[in-house]
Amino acid sequence: MSELKAKSLLLQVVNYAAFMAIVWYFSFSPPYRQLAEDKAVVTLAFGHAAKRVSECTVLSQAELEKLAPNMRKPMDCPRQRSPVTIELRVNGTIEVGDSLQAPGLYQDQSIDVYRNIKVPHGEHRLSIWMNDDVNVDGPTYHFEQTVKLRPAQRLVVSFDAKKNGFSVN
Amino acid sequence: MIKTNPIKLGYRVLEAWFNLSFGPSWNPLYNLGTLTFFFFWVVLVSGLYLFVFFDTSIVGAYKSVEYITHEQWYMAGVMRSLHRYASDAAVITIILHMFREFSLDRHRGVRWFSWFTGVPTLWFVITLGITGYWLVWDELGLYIAILSSELADAMPFISGSMARNFLEGQLTDRFFTLMGFLHLLGQPMLLVLVIWIHVKRLSHVKVSAPRGLAIGSFVALLALSLAAPVESHGPADLSKVPTVLNLDWFYLNVYPLLDYYTPRQTWMITLGTTLLLMILPWIPPKKTGQAAEVHLDQCNGCGQCADDCPFDAIDVRARTDGARWAHEVVVHPNQCAACGICVGSCPSSNPFRQKNEALVTGIDMPQYPADDLRSRTDAAIASLSADTKILVFGCDNTFDVSTLESKNAAVVKVFCIGMLPSTLMEYALKKGAGGILITGCRTGDCYFRFGNVWLDKRFEGNRRPRLRARADRRRITVSRGAETDGARIKRALTDFQKTIGDLNASESGERRDDKDLHVGT
Repeated sequence: MSELKAKSLLLQVVNYAAFMAIVWYFSFSPPYRQLAEDKAVVTLAFGHAAKRVSECTVLSQAELEKLAPNMRKPMDCPRQRSPVTIELRVNGTIEVGDSLQAPGLYQDQSIDVYRNIKVPHGEHRLSIWMNDDVNVDGPTYHFEQTVKLRPAQRLVVSFDAKKNGFSVN
Repeated sequence: MIKTNPIKLGYRVLEAWFNLSFGPSWNPLYNLGTLTFFFFWVVLVSGLYLFVFFDTSIVGAYKSVEYITHEQWYMAGVMRSLHRYASDAAVITIILHMFREFSLDRHRGVRWFSWFTGVPTLWFVITLGITGYWLVWDELGLYIAILSSELADAMPFISGSMARNFLEGQLTDRFFTLMGFLHLLGQPMLLVLVIWIHVKRLSHVKVSAPRGLAIGSFVALLALSLAAPVESHGPADLSKVPTVLNLDWFYLNVYPLLDYYTPRQTWMITLGTTLLLMILPWIPPKKTGQAAEVHLDQCNGCGQCADDCPFDAIDVRARTDGARWAHEVVVHPNQCAACGICVGSCPSSNPFRQKNEALVTGIDMPQYPADDLRSRTDAAIASLSADTKILVFGCDNTFDVSTLESKNAAVVKVFCIGMLPSTLMEYALKKGAGGILITGCRTGDCYFRFGNVWLDKRFEGNRRPRLRARADRRRITVSRGAETDGARIKRALTDFQKTIGDLNASESGERRDDKDLHVGT
């Protein structure tokens, strides 16, 4: 093997090694810290169909006659749902405060809530206030609970209107 | 003083370094596309092997990957590492490929299509990698699943929250089967389609890496796989948030943005960057010269120009003018890079033809016709006053040969060195040039892809139109280089001048001997 070929081979080895070093390093490093060691996460996540803006009403004969024959239904049920106002406090501090309009062309679909709140581990007082009915002043649902969070714990706060409203998992 | 941008210069230095160790034919920077294909082959084969042992269920996925990694480490474990590292290597070669085309200004003009379709290809590769990480269903997989869902939820046409699925235990085995299908079949097939579109406007597309480079790369990947086997994070746990993650930054670099920006802002950043990259060919737009034009009365439809065209801009079709030939060629102007390679391919570009009238070829460049090339060659030879009359041919896209001009070296520049008809060499020597020095882009690299490749093949007699034997090969030399190789090319010219001087002296000595012998008899 000529000296030139040996040198070229050696350089190739150096180049392959450098390339693989880059591949290896960025394949794992630098490590990414997503959450500080002393933190936990409260995730507020639920879907909910709010109350309709108004109840169904029975149409009078006169009102029905004004409609085209194929549109004459005895009940008029507006599809629009109320906006949902929600407030989540952790130890009295507002962490989530939103007013969400129901999506859809007729604003008749469920709203989706998904929020992550990073908090220090330990004991916290969670307080949730929600209004899903435009005809009611004040909260339609209220939830309070003291929770104790371990470091790196994810506490999911969910909601089911058919069960007991808010719950923590 | 080299007048060129620092990015290009930096790239040229890197290229020279690789030429030193690998040589032009194995230079990884000249084979970035084929090297990427090679890494995909490694990914494909290793992936198929892994699939045999992979369990597409929520409970089984992690366990099966652990089996692959630890129980069958000697085969499946190595395959897993090869799968991961080859995928990472492919991202590097793709990014280098983009950097190369950009720094050497090969992304604008008629090449916009390859660039424009190439940028989104990276998206397909990245998303393919993301679904792969998802399938492992470890802490990293869960992190990707939740954050990807958050990103998906921010899309305007998505209703409902995907992210909640991962928290409320709604995840089913069917979802994993879907992910498996996407990763194994759907996404790879889509990627192949996108790559096919990406190279649609190129001819002679190479997909196989040089054997030596492929072997070297595989050995390097295998060594890395054995030295640093890939392992999973802990199993996915919905009640825990992973604190520290060993992200694969080649694929997962978008996710940390979500800690600083909302999903919608993250979309805007990534899509905005993609869009900006995609429109680079028009910032600013490149002026391409006039497209080649066909002179049917001189074209016999041999199709050599169509075969040589690097950008698939010429088609062969049935004759339309009633001439006795079966075919003719037609140029697609919007695909023509105006490189002039077709002029060098055309047998009718022979400068010995139409001596006393304008030379008209079958296919020609309107702004620099073959007749003009012949006239400039004549004028250049006529301008030489020294004994060693060297004619230098150079192209517009690399080292500026004008700096070589002297009383014994005249310069003729062409769009691309592949524009030179082989017969022009013979013509120049016959017209009085003592020697011909041909420069052009570095061997293995050509601004117009194949200019110097075709020239070499024509000179070697492996491609039409061939350099005829009557052209004295001792008087023709090739010394190629980039903008940074000026000193070497100048040395090559000096050496060549000496060679031609010696050749002239020896030939005139031979002629004198012949004359003396004749007088003596």
